[in-house]
Amino acid sequence: MASEPNTWLSAPQRTHTHPSWTRVLIYAVLIVGALASALPFLYMIMTSFKSYGDIINNNFWPWPPFGNETLQMQNYPDAIENVGFDKAWQVPLVVRYFANSIIVTVASVVGILLTSIFAAYALARMELPGKNFIFILILATLMIPPDLTLVPKVVMMFNFGWYNAYPALVVPFLASVFSIFLLRQFFMQIPKDLFDAALIDGAGHLRYLFTIVLPLSKPAVVTTALLNFIWAWDSFKWPLLVTRDSNMRVVAVGLQQFMASEGGTKVQLLMAFATMVVVPVLVFYFITQKYFKEGVITTGIKG
Amino acid sequence: MTSQATPVPISTTRPRGLSGRRLRRIQEIGLGYLLLAPALTILIVFDFFPIFFGAFISTCDWKPAAAIGAETLLDRWLGPCVKFVGFEHYLRAFNDPQMWQSLIVTATYALISLPIQLGLSLFFAYLLFQNVRGKEMFRVVFFLPYITSSVASAAVWSFLYNPDKGLINNFLVHLGVMDPEKVWKWLGEPTGIFALMARNAGVALPEWLGGPSLALLAVIFYTTWVFLGYDMTLFLAGLGNIPGELYDAAKVDGASGWKLFRHITFPLLSPTTFFILIITVIGIFKAFNHIYVMTQGGPGDATTTTSIYIFQQLYQYNRYGYSAALSFILFIAILGLTIAQNRIAGSRVVYD
Repeated sequence: MASEPNTWLSAPQRTHTHPSWTRVLIYAVLIVGALASALPFLYMIMTSFKSYGDIINNNFWPWPPFGNETLQMQNYPDAIENVGFDKAWQVPLVVRYFANSIIVTVASVVGILLTSIFAAYALARMELPGKNFIFILILATLMIPPDLTLVPKVVMMFNFGWYNAYPALVVPFLASVFSIFLLRQFFMQIPKDLFDAALIDGAGHLRYLFTIVLPLSKPAVVTTALLNFIWAWDSFKWPLLVTRDSNMRVVAVGLQQFMASEGGTKVQLLMAFATMVVVPVLVFYFITQKYFKEGVITTGIKG
Repeated sequence: MTSQATPVPISTTRPRGLSGRRLRRIQEIGLGYLLLAPALTILIVFDFFPIFFGAFISTCDWKPAAAIGAETLLDRWLGPCVKFVGFEHYLRAFNDPQMWQSLIVTATYALISLPIQLGLSLFFAYLLFQNVRGKEMFRVVFFLPYITSSVASAAVWSFLYNPDKGLINNFLVHLGVMDPEKVWKWLGEPTGIFALMARNAGVALPEWLGGPSLALLAVIFYTTWVFLGYDMTLFLAGLGNIPGELYDAAKVDGASGWKLFRHITFPLLSPTTFFILIITVIGIFKAFNHIYVMTQGGPGDATTTTSIYIFQQLYQYNRYGYSAALSFILFIAILGLTIAQNRIAGSRVVYD
């Protein structure tokens, strides 16, 4: 390679040292971009603490030092009260929405992990007749646009008697091709020697999977869980279609329905509700964010 | 190391018992299929079967209520098909101006989104790639919109776009670039962007020159905001894969700045770009949550994409058969587009 003669040439440039004004410009643009990404959330939180009057008067910052308003904490209990009450569980509907979302999300994520880990292991580490065909069949489902199967799936929910019930929100999503693919890629990187060694120790496939493969694949499993968690929490169209009663709604549907009714005018309450939906996810994201990057890069998934 | 075992002879007399090795093999195969079974069952029941069932529904006048109280399994699954209509729904779809309008809206959405989304995310990825400090922090912040519940962020953006109380118009009025008496209606504005600009200048444009509606553009800005950090993360990974020696070699040849980008970065990044292009188009065809929350397809049908239109036919009008037929037409359109995309863009991708 021609690396030797050009070291003296490229050495000073390798570190991407730009003239300082270029760097200032780069940082300025990046900060503007970061602000644009975060500002809607900050504005949402700010609005959730404003009075209706301040919203009408376009008062951007009604609090000291520029104004003399106090934080309208009352917006949060007001929002919860305005959304309604669930007679079945004797709790505010907001609580029911969150409970539904948590039930659906946890059940989906646990289910997806189980089905995906098993399938991924079989595809990565077992010799089965017709394995390639099965793998292609699984990947082929990626070609099916969700809209294509929407109508028949709704009809199936009626026919199964799952309409307006939890199984409709969970069961159709218990297999995730992306998760199978991601885990399979990861399992295949685990050296085969480890399996042969385990085999000599008398371990079968299942014991090998649980005692060696899974502990080694913790990052991939966590990433899979997190991505599925985010998607399940975000699901809106399907729950809107297959639930009827307000107490079967998940948070996304509840928020949209509130926006389409009272929340459309009582913006401060809508933003309080939105903040309750968003903030837990943001906190969760900040704690676990390094896994997301991995997941996105490995699979290039678009939700 | 295991020695090469002698192959099991295929004899006419059955072996008295299964040898340990064969038994193990059969057990392994059984276990393998057992492990695959749950995922496969779900995929077959909820992905493959619905395609055929949907094709059947699309040829029917379908009334789910007809199945209520159905005794037999057959009545429950076929009973709602109150009348077999063949390809009538498909013919109706082709003569449905709203169907064509929804395809135009979707195509416009894609054609405007793609360059903005890809260009902007590549731009920011390239900036972040220049060894900036706090790179990870920037990446985490840019990624926030993607991670947030889309219904919640769309609700927030609807408020940002509010003509009188929204942050965007407030800001523009404060800057002095917008007349407070003639504020833009953003999500509520079905008029084309060029027509609006011309109207401000006192000129009337013919309708076909009006350009994409402001409502659709507002939706596109939101989409860009959501996917910027996501696309940027992919571009950053792609940039990191380009070998540094190539830059060094080009610099020796006297290339710098734009030339480096044009002749090294851009071609070597093309697999990443192509990949993002494909998933962006898929994402746009699937786009639903934010549009439904922000505009419900309105005003008029300015933001009614095919996905919204199919949903409306099902959810609001209970037209099961028609909605199923529409989804098949959309599927064919997507399939054709994907093939064209692979032919056109795929051939320009540089793989090393």
